[in-house]
Amino acid sequence: MTHRLARMSSLSRDDVAHLAGLARIELSDAELDRMVGELGVILESVAKVQQAPTDGVAPMSHPMPLTNVTRPDVVRPTLGAEAALAGAPEAEQQRFSVPRILDED
Amino acid sequence: MSTATADAVMDYDEAMAKFDPVMGLEVHVELHTATKMFCGCPAEFGAEPNSQVCPVCLGLPGALPVVNEKAVESAIRIGLALNCEIAEWCRFARKNYFYPDMPKNFQTSQYDEPIAYNGHLDVELEDGTVYRVEIERAHMEEDTGKSLHIGGATGRIHGADHSLVDYNRAGIPLIEIVTKPMTGAGERAPEVAKAYVSALRDLLRALDVSDVKMEQGSMRCDANVSLRAKAGDPTSPEQLAVPLGTRTETKNVNSLRSVERAVRYEISRHAAILDGGGSILQETRHWHEDTGITTSGRVKSDAEDYRYFPEPDLVPVAPTRELVEALRGTLPENPAARRKRLQSDWGYSDLEMRDVVNAGAVELIEQTVAAGASAGAAKKWWLGEPSRRANAEAQDIVTYAAGLGLTPAHIAELDGLVVSGRLNDSMARQVLDGVLAGEGTPTAVADARGLELVQDDGALEAAVDKVIEANPDVAAKIRDGKLQAAGALIGQVMKEMKGQADAGKARELILAKLQ
Repeated sequence: MTHRLARMSSLSRDDVAHLAGLARIELSDAELDRMVGELGVILESVAKVQQAPTDGVAPMSHPMPLTNVTRPDVVRPTLGAEAALAGAPEAEQQRFSVPRILDED
Repeated sequence: MSTATADAVMDYDEAMAKFDPVMGLEVHVELHTATKMFCGCPAEFGAEPNSQVCPVCLGLPGALPVVNEKAVESAIRIGLALNCEIAEWCRFARKNYFYPDMPKNFQTSQYDEPIAYNGHLDVELEDGTVYRVEIERAHMEEDTGKSLHIGGATGRIHGADHSLVDYNRAGIPLIEIVTKPMTGAGERAPEVAKAYVSALRDLLRALDVSDVKMEQGSMRCDANVSLRAKAGDPTSPEQLAVPLGTRTETKNVNSLRSVERAVRYEISRHAAILDGGGSILQETRHWHEDTGITTSGRVKSDAEDYRYFPEPDLVPVAPTRELVEALRGTLPENPAARRKRLQSDWGYSDLEMRDVVNAGAVELIEQTVAAGASAGAAKKWWLGEPSRRANAEAQDIVTYAAGLGLTPAHIAELDGLVVSGRLNDSMARQVLDGVLAGEGTPTAVADARGLELVQDDGALEAAVDKVIEANPDVAAKIRDGKLQAAGALIGQVMKEMKGQADAGKARELILAKLQ
């Protein structure tokens, strides 16, 4: 699951703009320029870590040696619609109202 | 309604002469567990909007998901039924995307470590040909919420000014079953696609893991289609050596018939583009049931853009081999093998069995036979009026019968009334009408409508005498051995008896008197 960015030695301005778009973060030109530098430093650090010899070492995603933490298929109390919608900036027809969305699918 | 104009399409036979189709089908199945995948909210269909939500499925800060044990077991059983290997260790992953149908801004799924992989399903086509569908993987994930688009002219997303979201469905356990590229089907590709989804539906129903109602969205199919140049027989080494073409993924294909139509349409559409020297854009397409065409969706994102990474809040799933073997022991009889066994038990011809399967009435007939009816009577009654009406309502017969409260026990009871001699065939049809109209059980309907064969032979004999006397010429023909003439007299006797007589008995009496 290595992202291509993690395999790259440097990051272009276009890469940062693309990532910002995916994350829905609006960056000004000045911010983009700054981020290219800052993220570049982070990537360099990661590249250093990647130099560590890891042959025969399994990648670790979870620090605790736990597996199969499950729950029985038994219904638990829900919040209820009123409480669920209480925190919504806007609600209509007992649903969360969200701004117009682009056709992404 | 779709506003987009239809693309050019090539005649299907012509397309098949020039190209070889390859498909890949992705089927999403909602499990019918009591609760959601990662929280204890009910997973029931059709509840009041946002009534089945909690901090976990709403993605509120600090909420911690915990895996539903039953959902994992169902996933393993599905994998085993599809002849897959079951992972010894696998993780969930976050699929990151911003869309309000997932309040967390990611969908919890599995990425490169599916719980089940490398399987196959043998699919029988209508003429008995068997096509083996290779299964790439079956993985666990969660369903998304449902959006209503407000302000657009047609309720579609284009032109809407805002959207309303119901998160009841968000977090319902979903299994995504992905095939390997399906090659070698040639011109029968659309038929194979339909047969595969149908066989998968039967299998999942037999496993009792999902409602598999395509019309309610508990089973959904995305159809990938690509074409490559024709290089010989579909299964020939020459053809299989040709690299795959660019594919499109048609979403929203939610009936068996649509699966077949959508694949066929995409084949014809691709063929027209390729034949004209164009190239296929890798994109999602939307299927329009009403017009039978697909329209362009979005250009497919790279998997990298989803920035998958292991879900830190869920620990790995590592099914023990003991558990896997125990679950293997719970697998039901393979639906295709079961059908062969039932056909032989019931003494149906191939054609009769196909009618029953196509009507979706196998289970109903099995239960009706178990309730005491003969296989012949069970088939006759289910494939008659109930099946005709279900078709007219565009529903499957199981759903239709359940909606009306018509049960296998009713049909067995109806058959019992005929066998015992209380009702004749036409009275039994009236009784069935009454049951379908919600008037109660067959016996109650027969009682309320006063339907009962007259058992008094004296009354029947008197009617026979009267009719013979009134028709001396017909009687003479019968005396001369023209037995088929008896039909005219039987009809009149039945009329005399106001339909409440056993026609068979009337015939016997008439012939006895005239021979």
